[in-house]
Amino acid sequence: MHRVLGDRRAIAILIGPALLVYSLIMLIPMVWSLGYSFTKGNTIDGFTGNGVANFTRLFDDPAVGDALWFTLKYAVVVTIGQVLAGYLLALLYVFFLKRASALVRTLAFFPVVLPTVAVGLLFQKLFQVAPQTGPVNSLLNAVGLESIDWFGTAGHAFWVLVIMDVWRSMGFYAVLLFAGLVDIPEEVLESARLDGASGLRLVRHIVMPLSFPVLMSSLIFSINGTLKVFDSIVALTNGGPGSGTTPLTLYMFQTSFTYSDYGYGSTIALLLTVVCLLVTLVVFRISRRDLTKG
Amino acid sequence: MNVDSSRAARARITGLTASAAAVVVFVSACGGTGGGSASPKNFSYLTNVENTTVKTALGTLSKGACAAENKTLPLKVDTVPQTSLDQKLQLLAGQNALPVQFAAGNAPALTDQLYKSGKIADLEKKLKDLGVYDQIEPSAVSTIKALYGGKLEVLPYEYNIEGIFYNKKIFSDNGLSVPATWDELVSAAAKLESKGIQPFSASGQQGWPITRLVSGYLYRSLGPDALKDVADGKAKLTDPAYVKAAQEVADLGKKGYFGKGVGSIDYDTSTNTFLSGKAAMFYMGSWVLTNIADPKQNKVGAESIGFMPFPAVSGGKGSIDQYPSNVGLAMTLGDRTFDSKVGNWVKCIGTNYGSVALKDQGSISGFKANTPVKDPNELTSQVRKTIGDSKQNVLWFEALFGTKATTVSQTNAASLLSGSMSAEDFMQTVQDALSSQ
Repeated sequence: MHRVLGDRRAIAILIGPALLVYSLIMLIPMVWSLGYSFTKGNTIDGFTGNGVANFTRLFDDPAVGDALWFTLKYAVVVTIGQVLAGYLLALLYVFFLKRASALVRTLAFFPVVLPTVAVGLLFQKLFQVAPQTGPVNSLLNAVGLESIDWFGTAGHAFWVLVIMDVWRSMGFYAVLLFAGLVDIPEEVLESARLDGASGLRLVRHIVMPLSFPVLMSSLIFSINGTLKVFDSIVALTNGGPGSGTTPLTLYMFQTSFTYSDYGYGSTIALLLTVVCLLVTLVVFRISRRDLTKG
Repeated sequence: MNVDSSRAARARITGLTASAAAVVVFVSACGGTGGGSASPKNFSYLTNVENTTVKTALGTLSKGACAAENKTLPLKVDTVPQTSLDQKLQLLAGQNALPVQFAAGNAPALTDQLYKSGKIADLEKKLKDLGVYDQIEPSAVSTIKALYGGKLEVLPYEYNIEGIFYNKKIFSDNGLSVPATWDELVSAAAKLESKGIQPFSASGQQGWPITRLVSGYLYRSLGPDALKDVADGKAKLTDPAYVKAAQEVADLGKKGYFGKGVGSIDYDTSTNTFLSGKAAMFYMGSWVLTNIADPKQNKVGAESIGFMPFPAVSGGKGSIDQYPSNVGLAMTLGDRTFDSKVGNWVKCIGTNYGSVALKDQGSISGFKANTPVKDPNELTSQVRKTIGDSKQNVLWFEALFGTKATTVSQTNAASLLSGSMSAEDFMQTVQDALSSQ
């Protein structure tokens, strides 16, 4: 094995094809996109150099600030929601349902395999106020409350998006975290119980530290996914009302493909890449700490 | 040079060649199919999902008057939601892959951009060469030229005027006469609302039926150049007189005159609400005559629907006989694919489309109706007469805006009605989008 891995040519042969494909579909478009951010124009009129104008515009454009704020707010809330709901489900599977959890696991995982557009339409109907009153508003009416136009204000639409994305993904995180929880040796739990730990104390001092690596992986998965959220927002609100639920990804898409401004769109994409990079670095830095040492 | 080093050199050269080839393949794959002309295999037509009139009429022609043309170049229709049309067009144009005929974009600015980059055929020249230029009504030609910088960049598959359709029965049952002024319109709406009748039906999801009310008010209060002045930089949407128009429309929304959740109402639902008698008034273009003539869709009967111009604003500079006019969502033909077979299709369309669309669907187009057709109802006759008699036309709110300002205006319109955006903020947001282009 050492002889094979010590041979540069062997390494090149092993890595080469994957590296070539990765370069073609990931690195080259990224560099290409970086190049576009110094240009102005589109595929119809062609491109001309624009210096750093797109970057200065990035700081003057209030829509970028709004989209960035929405992206971060959405990523934090949905990540907490997805991982927390997933963790609670995983605890439910392991400590309460135990061997009978297979059916509940399947049911909770079901929304993960549904197409996003279908889920978006489902939630549109659930929360609609017109032309028919949806089930959620009917429920509000039944308890004597007024119907709410959930998609009429950005604040309400944000919470519908959060509920939808947490519901859609919690089954996935539950399965991921379930795998981490079942790895905890039964003897450790048993001895903790003998020492008097139970309920929340058991979870806080034994289960959480021991499932920390998989919890961290879930957080990284979730935060990176939610920072790049696109399809669920397009399906449910299309960024509206107005631009009230427009994240950076959608603003980038609109700028490039609807407003035909590829240069500025690429600059927004670069900003998103930097944000993702920074967040990942922060998460990795936190994850290096050993929580078992307090 | 020993054997090993020459082998290494060969390997390096081979590696470099392979990398260069990969890059060439990648670049050529991304580079589109290049310019030049291309003979199409189909009479491909890309249109918006929402417009069924044109594709239905073309389908009828393909089996009837244009069957010979269809045999040599079969009609093939593709659809895309209107909100995604601009994106699709830009991507196709960038790849030189535009269909033979297509909906030319939500904003005339995009159509003009495509025309100037040579993607759209010079239709005036083509139609003259084919001998069918005279098949287009002069009023349609002048509307198109007013929109597209003096060029015939699109075909008038529709020729519309816009105004307010109203339910005659609801009006007479509630003792209302046709409002001649904005104040009368507002008081009629208040009366209807007080009796539990929804005064207006509008699609907030589309947005434009709401911004049309803003431009209607602007044309009546400031005159027919109100929005041209904005496009020319002589006025701003944030000027008090412009904000007032948005405020007047916002007030209608605040009072609940558009019903619940107007932002979630799509085009079909808004039409259905009016045609099932659940709303008294409906601002719309005359293309809706097709729906009105269809008994399956129109539950109140064509005889129960009237058409009135956008009312006057007291003391305003505009006149109620200045109707907003347009050619619907404009359709055009690509330059690259315009060959003799396409020419035959266009010739056949020019000669026959006007009669077929009017006869089968009650749709008024800018093509001459060469075969006499009896109007399907009195309302269609009234609208056709109004079109014939109109002396001066105006455009719509976003007609002279770019793509960004058009999108921003239409996506924020529902917020104006729901009150989540003030009139000042709405006009400021649209003005900012205009200024940024």
